[in-house]
Amino acid sequence: MSIPTSNERLLTYVDALREGVAQEMRRDPSVFLFGLDTDDHKAIQGSTRGLVEEFGPERVFGTPLSEDAMTGVAIGAAMAGMRPIHVHIRMDFLMLAMNQLINIAAKSRYMYGGQVKVPMVVRSMIGKSWGQGAQHSQGLHAMFMHVPGLKVVAPSNAYDAKGCLITAIRDDNPVIFVEHRLLYFTKAYVPEEPFEIQFGQSRICTRGDDITIVGISNMVIESLRARELLSENGIEAEVIDPVSLTPLDTDTIVKSVRRTGKLLVVDNGWTSCGASAEIAACVAEHAWNGEPVQIRRMGFAPTTCPTTPPLEQAFYPDPVKIAQTAYVMVRPNAAPWRPDPERAKLTYQMKFRGPF
Amino acid sequence: MGTRLTRRVAMSSVLPAPNPADLERIYRTLRLIRRVEEEIARIYPTDKIKSPVHLSIGQEAVSVGICDVLRSDDAVSPTYRGHAAFLAKGGSVRAMMAELYGKATGITGGKGGSMHLIDMSHNLIGTSAVVGTTIPVALGFALAFKRAQTDRVVVTFFGDGATEEGVFAESLNFASLHKLPVLFVCENNYYAIHTPITKRWATQRLCERVDTYGIPAYQIDNGDVIALRALAADVIARVRRGAGPIFLECRTYRWREHVGPNEDFDAGYRPRTEFVPWLENDQVERIGTMLAQQCRKEIDAGVEQEIADAVEFAESSPFPEIETLYTDVYTDQ
Repeated sequence: MSIPTSNERLLTYVDALREGVAQEMRRDPSVFLFGLDTDDHKAIQGSTRGLVEEFGPERVFGTPLSEDAMTGVAIGAAMAGMRPIHVHIRMDFLMLAMNQLINIAAKSRYMYGGQVKVPMVVRSMIGKSWGQGAQHSQGLHAMFMHVPGLKVVAPSNAYDAKGCLITAIRDDNPVIFVEHRLLYFTKAYVPEEPFEIQFGQSRICTRGDDITIVGISNMVIESLRARELLSENGIEAEVIDPVSLTPLDTDTIVKSVRRTGKLLVVDNGWTSCGASAEIAACVAEHAWNGEPVQIRRMGFAPTTCPTTPPLEQAFYPDPVKIAQTAYVMVRPNAAPWRPDPERAKLTYQMKFRGPF
Repeated sequence: MGTRLTRRVAMSSVLPAPNPADLERIYRTLRLIRRVEEEIARIYPTDKIKSPVHLSIGQEAVSVGICDVLRSDDAVSPTYRGHAAFLAKGGSVRAMMAELYGKATGITGGKGGSMHLIDMSHNLIGTSAVVGTTIPVALGFALAFKRAQTDRVVVTFFGDGATEEGVFAESLNFASLHKLPVLFVCENNYYAIHTPITKRWATQRLCERVDTYGIPAYQIDNGDVIALRALAADVIARVRRGAGPIFLECRTYRWREHVGPNEDFDAGYRPRTEFVPWLENDQVERIGTMLAQQCRKEIDAGVEQEIADAVEFAESSPFPEIETLYTDVYTDQ
């Protein structure tokens, strides 16, 4: 699976999201979008801009601060034949919807013996920087990966954002759609016509024989920068983006690790019982071919996210930390190496300014 | 009698009495539910039924009074104490009984049991074992019905305990805000599991609370199935015309234990004296006595035959194949 690189428009992640929804709403009158503030002047950082004007307040509407009930409404509407997209401006707010998502959305198809389907999309955004802090920056995708019946997808670029959102809307199951705030203004080549990204297919972003680095959500971007730093030292990393976390294509990762013998998983979330733990376990179970395999995980520090910049920086993996970890895995006996932090800075991180 | 807040309305004096055919139908459904559940209680000690059961015995009138005036394309969302509403809306006795037995022919093929009954062919929305969770899901159906410009109505049943969940307040507000075609029906049996309402509610003014959301609220406090049916016919017609949601608080009484087949008046949390007036006001018996003796006999015999057939069906049906463990986790599986 490759990303097109020519003859296409460069589009931001946020515009790709908006375009994908608008095209699906034009195609299918059963699609509607709702959630707190989806129809206000800020339009969820622009991702829902223009939708209420084009489709009207019956198909695009704001809601009371009632995530629990609104999730139930989405589930009921989906069972009744509609295709709701429920938008949350922060992934943290999904905690208010957990009962409906876990106890009803995930289980209905099964516990009702196949009599209903629940085709709904739950859009949610992970925040970072400018003091987002404890309750505005959590990557909680692993909680949803734990439960059968839900699909979980975390696009890392504009191309996947559009394709995955269209696939999610057309999917007959509840899909937790994990966006990242810092990715909103990153650009990629994105076809104008609607297209789908098949879930359950990892993307090999760059080829390399020395180590396999799996990045999740925005950690794909950070891992790619780490790869550049490593490359200057003669280490070639294979960077893989799982794209969808449920279903999870571990075959691609396992194949890569059998070749490199080394796996570093970098998650935009905690490591404990996290996506990185799941990927590491799958590789440990399936990659063995007689040769030892080294496995390391990186993710949020095992703390709550702090607000002050120095602590926040220490909380997250970044290209320097990723590159250093990979370097030690590949060259355990080499002298310590620290890349130039200036060269490790990422445009998307530098461009972001608050207030949120 | 029904009351709107403090305004009392003598329902039986202002609304027409049901005709004989109505009475026979109402009686048959009441009797069917009562006898199905008594049969479940009888079978239960054999351990053939592998499902927790929350029996509706004593509460049948609420489901029957309301479902009797619904159209087949209206939707009903019952609770986990849902046998009554399931049967009152036309759900199959065979498929329900087989489900309780965990058989492949059960309504969900042995995946859901008593607490997850559903029958979309009768517009019976799935039930949930987590109190209150079905209320917003019912609203989602109502939203879809309204968007499709139909005049279909959704009835959401829930207990007094559910009114304490936050989602209840959220749902009232949203339904009223969007004028959704929903009838909220609170089956107030005074107990959430074993905790009485007096230990849970700061005030008993449920209808007043609901009224502040702009939802007309009525209380039926005597369990009278005919009065309830008349009130239901009136309010459902209003909901159908687009008046927005309406709320009914139906006082009722659970005769058996919270979960399981037995009485539990010796458990110490509620006195038998509390039960006696409800027993004396038994709606199955009351409506039965309104029928000619021969007519009642024939109905009773038909009910017994239907139940015997359902039990035989459940017992002789096979268990599901082990492979079905993995089916329907996702819709495309």
